[in-house]
Amino acid sequence: MSFIGKDGRARGEPMSDTTFLLIITVVIFLAMYVSAAILFSGKGFAKPQMFFNLLNENAALIIISCGLSIVMIAGGIDISVGGMTALISVACVVHLNDMEGSGFLTSLLLALGIGLAFGLLQGYLVAYLDIQPFIVTLAGMFFARGQAAMIETQTRTVANESFSALAQARIRLPIGSMNNNGVFVQAYMELGVIIALVTVAALFVTLRWTTFGRSLYAVGGNKQSALMLGINVKRTKFLSHVLCGLLTGLGGFVFLLHVRSGAVTHAAGYEMDAIAASIIGGTMLTGGVGNIFGTFIGVLTKGAIGNIVRAMGLVGSWWPGITLAAMLCFFLILQSVITSRKRA
Amino acid sequence: MRSLAKNPLFVPVICLGLVLLFNCVTNLGFFEISIKRNNVGNWILAGNLISVLNNASELVILAIGMTLITSASGGQDISVGACVAIAGGVILKILASKSGVPVPVAVFFGCLVAMAFGAFNGILVSIFNIQPMVATLILFTAGRPISSWITGGLSPRITNPILDAVGNVIPGVPVPTPIFVAAFCVALAFMAIRFTNLGLYAQSVGVSDKAARLVGLNPRRVKFIQFVIMGLCVGLVAFIKVSRVGSIQYNYIAKDIEMDAILAVALGGNSLSGGKFSMTGSIIGAYTIQAITTTLLANSVPSDALPAYKAIVIIILVAIQSPAVKAFWRKRFGGPRGREAEPGQNGTLPGTVPGAGEGGA
Repeated sequence: MSFIGKDGRARGEPMSDTTFLLIITVVIFLAMYVSAAILFSGKGFAKPQMFFNLLNENAALIIISCGLSIVMIAGGIDISVGGMTALISVACVVHLNDMEGSGFLTSLLLALGIGLAFGLLQGYLVAYLDIQPFIVTLAGMFFARGQAAMIETQTRTVANESFSALAQARIRLPIGSMNNNGVFVQAYMELGVIIALVTVAALFVTLRWTTFGRSLYAVGGNKQSALMLGINVKRTKFLSHVLCGLLTGLGGFVFLLHVRSGAVTHAAGYEMDAIAASIIGGTMLTGGVGNIFGTFIGVLTKGAIGNIVRAMGLVGSWWPGITLAAMLCFFLILQSVITSRKRA
Repeated sequence: MRSLAKNPLFVPVICLGLVLLFNCVTNLGFFEISIKRNNVGNWILAGNLISVLNNASELVILAIGMTLITSASGGQDISVGACVAIAGGVILKILASKSGVPVPVAVFFGCLVAMAFGAFNGILVSIFNIQPMVATLILFTAGRPISSWITGGLSPRITNPILDAVGNVIPGVPVPTPIFVAAFCVALAFMAIRFTNLGLYAQSVGVSDKAARLVGLNPRRVKFIQFVIMGLCVGLVAFIKVSRVGSIQYNYIAKDIEMDAILAVALGGNSLSGGKFSMTGSIIGAYTIQAITTTLLANSVPSDALPAYKAIVIIILVAIQSPAVKAFWRKRFGGPRGREAEPGQNGTLPGTVPGAGEGGA
């Protein structure tokens, strides 16, 4: 079934859109990072820890963006992920603080359960009731933040020893750099990064080599022809939302591991970050084109923009938002040009 | 009964009625209107109903633009809240920098900037064929940062008699001025729809891009114009917002108003995927949203929790309007007329096969 996902192109053709967009993304990320390392040599871009900090800070966003990419590949969209993350952070903190000492596993189950519940409901409304995914997940976003406010309006930090121990666990790496005193410091990763990397690998394999993965591309590329291939279009869409919900549950938990507090205002704008990361990573909004590895790079690009903007001395809190939007604009227009070129 | 239910205003009026009925049952004080002196000594009307009318003004103006965009492009503009922040920032910056600049000039430039940003959205949607909600995502992300960039992260406070008159009350008139501004915009919108082809063109492009082109319309230009009109609405809303308190907070001004505006359009019985629209419905929808908000606040629901209730309303509304649920109701209670409409599921317009239904029954 290798021709599916290339949007109807013949097998012999040199490069699919997925590959083309992925290459652009990787090249832009590498060019940005390397030139930053050269231009701002004093700011530590060359240090391994700088790169791993990108991962540490964005582990949750990587998982969430992967879920969003899956929905987008199947031709939908989900903007409730930020709200869900906030709801999960609040619910888990309240639960963890009630349990004192234990409750790590149950809070993980709680996070996954919330994600699953949202995924099931939104998936049902989108796939079987045929409501626009944007509207359904807009309501989901509203509902999640409102629910979070009903549970707890104040910011609360985790006061649970076993959870904090895990949150502070650091995985030391064999590489590192000298600090100012000439002492060798090992680079480290947080636990969440391992979860994120495993998720990316698992989803990459799923999308590339399983029937479910290929049918996602088929449904997103062309619903009608997917139907004629004997693919259950409604079920595939439904499952894409369920999977996105589950991944957001997992991502919300990783988010909590990183920030160790819960608040209604947490993860503000996460949905936009995740969509931007997916688009920058080469996932087409029209569906049927995308790559999980590209999304991973997209998140890193988004994180690197923030670092570079800060290194350039643009201290205003507004610059990361503006540059990210400019980047989003560039990639959207690029996608549009690719689509229209094909149509012509 | 059936013809009544077919009326486009059926859904919004029923919703508004339900909200008012709820207040009748739980809290009759909701309808009290009193007249008192404000802190400057002017007589003004006060009460929940007045506050609904007053606070809905911005939403009503945005609902006009949102209805047109929804009709023509089949999508919604989610950047309006952020664009209000931009336009508000421009107005504030001009008024704060040189005290000599008259308010109308500042408002003119605010509207101009808002229309330019509207045109940016319009170009992305019409020329680059990007889905409206995604194209406007760019400004949704960048709008508030741009606003803080314009004002330098500051929010100076302006005192100006004209601003005060627009945002609060004109001395001697007991009704808050934003109500009049909204009414003026509504009148303008109705006149534009009645005397120009604006609404007709938007609907024909929304129903079918291709068919509109075949009858000689330029779908790109029609869509583009709707976004510029939305820009003008955004500029006016920013003006009201700035004059209400004489300042803005770029992170909080008009927060989530895009969601309310979309909800107003949906509540007005309009299809969110474009085509025919009812402006009256959207406007009643906007007042209904504000009535829901005020009711919830009056019942001491924390303002952070409001979105959860609105979300449930949205889901119920769109679920009722969804094809699958409609088909279900038709099958159960529709009778012969219901069966006749079933070919609509296969792509033909419902009701285009008169007589076929009777035969089937």
